[in-house]
Amino acid sequence: MEIIMAFVCGFLFMAAIYLILSRSLLRIIIGTGLLSHGAHLLILTMGSFKGSAPPVLTDGVTDYVDPIPQALILTAIVISFGVTAFFLVLAYRAYQELKTDDMTLMKGSEDHE
Amino acid sequence: MNNFLLLPVLIPFFFGMFLIFNQKRLAYQRITVMLGLILAIISATALVFKVYQDGPQTVTFGSWPAPFGITMVSDMVSALLVLTTLVLAFFIVWYGFESIGKERERFFYYPGVMFIITGVNGAFTTGDIFNLFVFFEVLLMASYLLIVLGGEKAQLRESIKYILVNVLSSAFFVITVAFLYSVVGTLSMADISLKIAEINQPGIITVIAVMFLMVFGMKAAIFPLYFWLPSAYSAPPIPVLALFGALLTKVGVYAIMRTYTLFFTHDLAYTHELLLILSIVTIIAGCIGALAHFDVKQIIIYNIVIAVGVILFGVAQMNQIGLEGAMFYLVHDMIIKAALFMLVGIVIYVTGTTNLRKMGGLMKTYPALGWFYLIAAFGLAGVPPLSGFVGKLLIVQGGFQAGNIWTSILILASSLVVLLSVMRIFIYAFWGEQGQVSKQVNKTVYHRMFFPTMLLVLVSIFYGVGTEWITPLMEEAAKILVEPSIYTDAVMKGGN
Repeated sequence: MEIIMAFVCGFLFMAAIYLILSRSLLRIIIGTGLLSHGAHLLILTMGSFKGSAPPVLTDGVTDYVDPIPQALILTAIVISFGVTAFFLVLAYRAYQELKTDDMTLMKGSEDHE
Repeated sequence: MNNFLLLPVLIPFFFGMFLIFNQKRLAYQRITVMLGLILAIISATALVFKVYQDGPQTVTFGSWPAPFGITMVSDMVSALLVLTTLVLAFFIVWYGFESIGKERERFFYYPGVMFIITGVNGAFTTGDIFNLFVFFEVLLMASYLLIVLGGEKAQLRESIKYILVNVLSSAFFVITVAFLYSVVGTLSMADISLKIAEINQPGIITVIAVMFLMVFGMKAAIFPLYFWLPSAYSAPPIPVLALFGALLTKVGVYAIMRTYTLFFTHDLAYTHELLLILSIVTIIAGCIGALAHFDVKQIIIYNIVIAVGVILFGVAQMNQIGLEGAMFYLVHDMIIKAALFMLVGIVIYVTGTTNLRKMGGLMKTYPALGWFYLIAAFGLAGVPPLSGFVGKLLIVQGGFQAGNIWTSILILASSLVVLLSVMRIFIYAFWGEQGQVSKQVNKTVYHRMFFPTMLLVLVSIFYGVGTEWITPLMEEAAKILVEPSIYTDAVMKGGN
């Protein structure tokens, strides 16, 4: 199971990096989304898949999954939500002001030589 | 009174929340922000004395035993950095009253500053690796706000790149923590240190060490990862730039310092050699950039990169003297970078340009500014009575002691380049014929901007002249960095 998940995470990272290296800003943001999915799945995998019951105390169950990675993922998810929301609004503003979403046109500046 | 060490984190946080209300009333905003910073400075000063007398302070949230809860640890290293952060924030905010502009002040500039300080102080104080990630995000999120606040075209363009780079490095941080968790199965930094010592750093831990170097190196702008810094830092207004230049990269430096002295100390031949090489190349890259530019902001920005290299060179020595020098130089560099950005900001204000070639002859009209700039420039280069001297002396001494003769000489040579780069600003802007002058220079505004800057330069002079008083604190800090067992004992045995 861990092997499959490792491949899934690797594939997500690959897709994310491919998208982040592209020219369009929206594709880059989609790439960051995939990157954080990959990272979150990786935390889950690295916590290992031992245990069967969800980490909620119940009578007669002793075999719980590790609760720490789940808490970490939950934290990381809301943080990446916040950052992504900010990034999307920023991309919208930048599109309004700069009239482009092509990253190759977003270099240099008017007040520099 | 164990929760005492949380005050420098909590006070900016609560004041940041108060500042969200009434954002249009400038008097309320300014008074509240100054009050909060003064209270936080008092608590941080008291904390430094407390740590000096009683050793490292720890508190584990919710009274859980040590490795299970989140521990906040205030040892000498973090207490000193927290105090420096707050003092700098105080001067930069004061400076910003006249230069940041009313529109920005009305639109959550001060909450942004307070939250960035919360994040920085939290990152300095935390004793939990995932909590460090969270505090990084707190300060990064606030820095996203500050870098784009105002919404000029250059700001929008550069903040996209800045955010993208930081999103990448944050994702990488999460990945690295996941790997580390799967190997050692704990998140408390003291416990990680003990577990790594137990398994004696197998290859995978060395890989994780290098991954951490990449994560924090991207925040701290070390050699192959500093590409984002020069353009991103040129976008925001000067007070924000001073805040970023003084604090943000230094958090990355601190994190490298902490992880490389606490966790990864069993394969020095690989990890610290790598750190040494990278720090040298960082210095060279910074020197090239600092000499290449004729833009005052860019020159100082590349000096940040050089200083990061020098501090990490001290860390890479892993001996008492080198680390003490690194601590000395870290605090010095935070102060002097803030002072230089503030001075350069005034120069830009009175000339109306960032281009050195258009400036000239300011010495006749602004002699005080010229002399204070000269003092700050000498302080940066490390001329003996001033603040940069002791740190670099100890770092080079540490380098000689560890047998890195040639690289230490290179550090000394880099001081010359640093001096040349900042003296070029002095020569072009203050000497010679009268250059370009801004039309709307207001003398009161100038004086109000100059006064906090002057005080900060005086602080840096005091830091250089009063070395004798600061040395015991720095020795204490270096002792903790050299001897991780002091840290782990303080955390795992509950400390006091």
